[in-house]
Amino acid sequence: MTTVSNDDLFAYALRLGDDSLILGQRLGEWCAKSPEMELDIALMNTALDVLGRARGFLTYAGQVEGNGRDEDALAFLRDVEAFGNVLLVEQPNGNFADTIARQFLFDAFDLPFMEALAASADETLSAIAAKAVKETAYHLRFSREWTIRLGDGTEESHARMQAAVNEMWPYVHELFEMDAVEERLCAAGVAVDRAALRDRFERTVADTLAEATLTRPETSWRPVGGRHGRHTEQFGHLLAEMQWMQRAYPGCTW
Amino acid sequence: MTDDPARRAWQALEEVHDPEIPHVSIVDLGIVRGVTAAADGSRVEAALSPTYSGCPAVSVIELDAETALRAAGFAEVVIRRQMAPAWTTDWITERGRERLKAAGIAPPDAAGAGKAALLGRPAQVACPQCGSPHTEQLSEFGSTACKALWRCRDCLEPFDYFKCI
Repeated sequence: MTTVSNDDLFAYALRLGDDSLILGQRLGEWCAKSPEMELDIALMNTALDVLGRARGFLTYAGQVEGNGRDEDALAFLRDVEAFGNVLLVEQPNGNFADTIARQFLFDAFDLPFMEALAASADETLSAIAAKAVKETAYHLRFSREWTIRLGDGTEESHARMQAAVNEMWPYVHELFEMDAVEERLCAAGVAVDRAALRDRFERTVADTLAEATLTRPETSWRPVGGRHGRHTEQFGHLLAEMQWMQRAYPGCTW
Repeated sequence: MTDDPARRAWQALEEVHDPEIPHVSIVDLGIVRGVTAAADGSRVEAALSPTYSGCPAVSVIELDAETALRAAGFAEVVIRRQMAPAWTTDWITERGRERLKAAGIAPPDAAGAGKAALLGRPAQVACPQCGSPHTEQLSEFGSTACKALWRCRDCLEPFDYFKCI
């Protein structure tokens, strides 16, 4: 097995943490505003799950980096360009269908991803992922059911669900992008080969969209850049809300 | 009678509860994965597994466990968070399942049925109030990460179901 560089491992743990953290922050924005109380509870439960794994990944990233940064320092004291999350998870909540489309597409990728990461040669990443697999199975069941219910619902809900899938679709391609960091870690058995997950993702999407009477979008636009700090314009606003307290009162604790 | 520090530690942990499931000890929930106590009773190390990644009760449970072990006479207490293998509802003891039921929370499907629950619909859940098998799921997610909300179609009472993971 090839040796793993700390820089690569730090970058990988950090971006996995960022994917979870930012998705959790977006879901958290629904708190007390969801269409129904049960949906509020469901979205907040999902937010907690992903926030929990974000804490695991970011704590580990801080340990690997070895500069004394803990999960809080990494979450609250970095600016836009230092975040490595994919663009999909930072997309605004929009209406409920938009949130469900974002969640479903992410979950359809995330379940096979976490299953594969659970087999990582890195014990910490593997443990976080093994825990996440069971939770993600629930997330996918929820987001898949709502994709179907809205898609195969009324004329209005169908139109909105289709528009939501169309809106989020271009961002799925980035989920399968590998860069040099991940290629090296993959060769060492630490990182997941994202390309290998595509077939299963496409099958989940095809089955679900068919049942939901929705059409798979065909677009050639494939925005990327999140991994390297190039984010969409809404991302700064998300960070402003997430980080303002630590910025206004540095070092504050409960 | 000679003192058995490990036994003393387990007994102390029997008194610690998840604040969100106050009727069942963390030992019966299967969260305590191991206890190592020094023969002279000066030091103890306990490994605890979180139920869910983002469970907000984890820090409180760890603090309560540490407090209980100190009260049981251990001068040095180390609480270790053990992620692997991931906690599963299969680790809830028979006594834990009985206590959940007594508290009005339907216990998770037993091992085996649980695999089906992850993939499709959970098996029939009996109402913890009246025992009726005629129940329905109201919400996949409930009052805490570990529970779903169900309702009995006979006694009409809603109840929590401890999700099977």
